[in-house]
Amino acid sequence: MANDQFYSVSSLTKWVKRLIDRDDALQNIWVRAEISNFKKHSRGHMYFTLKDEKSRVQSVMFAGNNRHLTFIPENGMSVLVRGDVSVYEPYGQYQFYVKDMQPDGMGNLFLAYEQLKKKLANQGWFDNEKKRQIPNYPRSIAVVTSRTGAAVRDIVTTLKRRFPQVQITLFPVLVQGEGAAPAIVHAIRQADAMKKFDVMIFGRGGGSIEELWAFNEEAVAEAIYHCSIPTISAVGHETDVTISDFVADLRAPTPTAAAELAVPDTMEVEAKRRYLEQKLFKAVREKVTMEKERLGYLTKSYAFRYPRRLLQQKEEELDRNTERLRKETRRLGEQKRLQYEQLVKQLRAQHPSQQIATAYERLGQVNHLLIHAAGKQKEAYQSRYDQIVSKLDALSPLKVMNRGYSLVYEEKDALVKTVSTVNIGDQVKVRLQDGSFDCQVKDVHHERNSREE
Amino acid sequence: MENKEETLSFEEAMNKLESVVEKLEEGDVPLEKAIAMFQEGMELSKQCHNKLQAVEKQMDEIVKDDGEVELTNLQEESSE
Repeated sequence: MANDQFYSVSSLTKWVKRLIDRDDALQNIWVRAEISNFKKHSRGHMYFTLKDEKSRVQSVMFAGNNRHLTFIPENGMSVLVRGDVSVYEPYGQYQFYVKDMQPDGMGNLFLAYEQLKKKLANQGWFDNEKKRQIPNYPRSIAVVTSRTGAAVRDIVTTLKRRFPQVQITLFPVLVQGEGAAPAIVHAIRQADAMKKFDVMIFGRGGGSIEELWAFNEEAVAEAIYHCSIPTISAVGHETDVTISDFVADLRAPTPTAAAELAVPDTMEVEAKRRYLEQKLFKAVREKVTMEKERLGYLTKSYAFRYPRRLLQQKEEELDRNTERLRKETRRLGEQKRLQYEQLVKQLRAQHPSQQIATAYERLGQVNHLLIHAAGKQKEAYQSRYDQIVSKLDALSPLKVMNRGYSLVYEEKDALVKTVSTVNIGDQVKVRLQDGSFDCQVKDVHHERNSREE
Repeated sequence: MENKEETLSFEEAMNKLESVVEKLEEGDVPLEKAIAMFQEGMELSKQCHNKLQAVEKQMDEIVKDDGEVELTNLQEESSE
């Protein structure tokens, strides 16, 4: 530490506090001491001095820790305290912060209790999964407790009041002092070996820690743990918690409570049974009523009462169906006929009469045209003919003959145009304007200047 | 029936009674079976009732260290 460097008081205190807080040896330790200057603050915290003949230390037990104390600390009281050492900085003073406090006198017992509790907890003997179910209606119960005292009386009375038909077997044991623990162990094993109990209750009435001590013994815990019967512990009062309470399948705060937990209340069970019986009656009554109703309904049904009507109905149905069949058939025939007619109509519509008529009409037209054309043609011919006739008329040999010319025909009526066609002796006809006469050729004379030559 | 009474524990009888009632209440049991179940239920109810009511002055026992069993009435004894 340099000379020129000075600590402040508060940093010094902080340093010391840190050293102390870090030291595991000063945490969670047990101290035996006497209480003085005890003061309980209105907010619940307890302030006091722990001292012995030679020294003292300021101590605090906060409300959260002292709430569970089973006694009220007093000045002059010898106690065992568990807690941590730390420093109260404003005063630079080291203090003991108490977490747990027990009256001294059985200091060793407490340590033993704590140690055993830790050990068995680590072994899993307190685990919830290991707890067995207490049967609902036990027939036979083993009670391990003192033959005299409030505990056995409370247990027996409560059991008989609630569930009189349960058989109780008492295993009288010493519950405190020398030999209590072995006696309890022996009784538990004995009861277990008899194999006739559904539940076991063990315990005793309230008392000091020494008086309850047998139930903190490892041997007893072991016997309970290995017992094949479900166990209910009933040791002391609600605030007394022993190792046996942790090991048992069920912990009852008092012996009376243990009996209550062990058996149901007959009145309640009987009420439940009566309720079930009523339900049973009701269910069957309902069933019968329902079936009756069904039967009645069926008996009263139409078919049952009037079987003939049912037949009539069937007859009617048959008639109706037959009628329907007929109607349907007819309807079907009609339908087919209509279809046929429709087809004929369609076929007729396809008939060529129209074309024929059209053709006729056309033919008439053409005919007409033809006649017309022919008429025209005829007229044309007529006029031409008339022309020709008039021309002809103009050229007619008759006219010439009027002037004295005549025509000579051979026998065969062929006109003689040249002398070469006639021979002497031939009969010829001479035609004149107003008739003819027959002649015989006497001679033929050729003339040189004939056109034929 | 006597036999049954011997073998059936109270708890078993109660449970059985409950399940019979439940089944009947569900309602789809045929009539003959329903009647048989009803009879069974009534028998179970009777058994339970008997077990509950017949406090046959069952004697309590005290088992001593050496295993010797002594019959007594613990209630009377403790109320003395």
